[in-house]
Amino acid sequence: MISLNQISVHQGGFSLRNITLDVPGGAYGVLMGRTGSGKTTILEAICGLRPIAAGSVRLMGRDVTGLKPAARGVGYVPQDMALFSTLTVRDHLAFSLVVRRWGRAAVEARVEQMAEFLGISHLLDRKPHGLSGGESQRVALGRALAAQPEVLLLDEPLSALDEDTRGEMHALLRAIRLQGPLTVLHVTHNRAEAESLADRLFEIRDGSIQHVSPCLARGPNGT
Amino acid sequence: MSEEPVQPQKGTVPFLWPTTPTNAARRCPVVPAAKIGTVPQPPAAETALPDRSAGRVERSFDGLFLIGLSTLLGSYIALIAAILTALGAFTSPAYVLAAVQSEDVRFALRLSLLSCTFTTFLALWVAIPAGYVLSRCNFPGRNLVDAMLDIPIVLPPLVIGLGLLVLFQTPLGRAVERIIPVTFAVPSIILAQFTVACAFAVRTMRVTFDQISPRTEQVAMTLGCSRCQAFWRITLPEARRGVLTAATLAWARALGEFGPILVFSGATRLRTEVLPTTVFLELSTGNIEVAAAVSLMMVVTALVVLILARLFGLRGTGLL
Repeated sequence: MISLNQISVHQGGFSLRNITLDVPGGAYGVLMGRTGSGKTTILEAICGLRPIAAGSVRLMGRDVTGLKPAARGVGYVPQDMALFSTLTVRDHLAFSLVVRRWGRAAVEARVEQMAEFLGISHLLDRKPHGLSGGESQRVALGRALAAQPEVLLLDEPLSALDEDTRGEMHALLRAIRLQGPLTVLHVTHNRAEAESLADRLFEIRDGSIQHVSPCLARGPNGT
Repeated sequence: MSEEPVQPQKGTVPFLWPTTPTNAARRCPVVPAAKIGTVPQPPAAETALPDRSAGRVERSFDGLFLIGLSTLLGSYIALIAAILTALGAFTSPAYVLAAVQSEDVRFALRLSLLSCTFTTFLALWVAIPAGYVLSRCNFPGRNLVDAMLDIPIVLPPLVIGLGLLVLFQTPLGRAVERIIPVTFAVPSIILAQFTVACAFAVRTMRVTFDQISPRTEQVAMTLGCSRCQAFWRITLPEARRGVLTAATLAWARALGEFGPILVFSGATRLRTEVLPTTVFLELSTGNIEVAAAVSLMMVVTALVVLILARLFGLRGTGLL
């Protein structure tokens, strides 16, 4: 589970106060909100990349508030994907495993398995430069999931993709959930995307989070 | 849509598309105005003509602009070429050959190459971490540190030499001299070169790290890296072009360094003589032809080393 308890984050003139949010273990939570409402800031606070001024972050029952990003065991896919320009796709998938000192054979097996699952086996020796949006997104997902984190954080993973690729990614995200006990928090500004994926739907508005159940989220005219 | 132009309501001022005739004439795209229907349609011939002439004006202006830019660039290139030609014309192959065979010049060449290379590694060793800290960390006094880094760049070279000379006369300096002789010896050359070259290298590395998004480093940290690991595995490889630029800049600065070396290291033949010192010594004894020959040697050496560094540094980056 992902549990934010009354956290406050300040960054320059922007601040979020008393944010509380609970995604139960194994659920797919979607956080909706306009651009600039602080969605990314919340994800960064969960990762440990943004210091929080107050409150606590619990992941899978563990208080991680004071832990470094490396110790939190989350998979993070930022909006710009931030692929490593000097590494091959293979190195991306192996990155978190090599850092965790997995054996060479284990790394290779895992990389093959991830690449096959994500459909990027043919790209393993390429560098990120020149990959399409969908391919980059798969690499970023693979890099985040390789070490089998229990929590996956996705920042607008579908916004930069064309219609067809978006459909494929939808299917892929659903397939990933079937692979194991993964708790997801997916951030988006797109209501349709949110409703089609979410078990739990949240909306951030004016600096506070409201829990919206998927059926209530639809407006009276069905939009 | 009605055929009649829609008039704005009384009392309101349409600020986006004002409808006064002068504004309508000045406006460049005719289509949106016609769509909105706020402007009476001028006859077709009238709209076509100004449009075409506007395009012509724009194109000819672009041409002039580019010619202007090229002229400025060309005149600078011409100046550089003229200097090199003059140097070449002033000397002759015989002088160059004599210079190459001279024991003094060969010593100076060797000392120049060795000291510059050593200085470059020393400068990078300081500049990479310094540039990273200045770019990524916010600490009290950062602006002061930033300003101090400009001092070696803005100080007159002679003053740097004098400062170093005086520094090694203090008790601390004397203590160092007792262990390793610096003043008027080879270490003084490296220290003088390092003082200036390092400031340039730090500036370059800082800009390099500023241009590398911290996102990749942050993602690496979520993947299990410490900050140090993220730096070595991700940020430094991404900065390699900047490292190469910093290295070539530092090397070139060090090769041309003269003022501080003259004051701090002296100009003793076969001891502390680097190539700029040779040029100075030959010039001061009236051997302008030899000075020009050695200058040409420096130009060629610098070009060869910089081209090699570029070829070597860009190998495998897809830029070559």
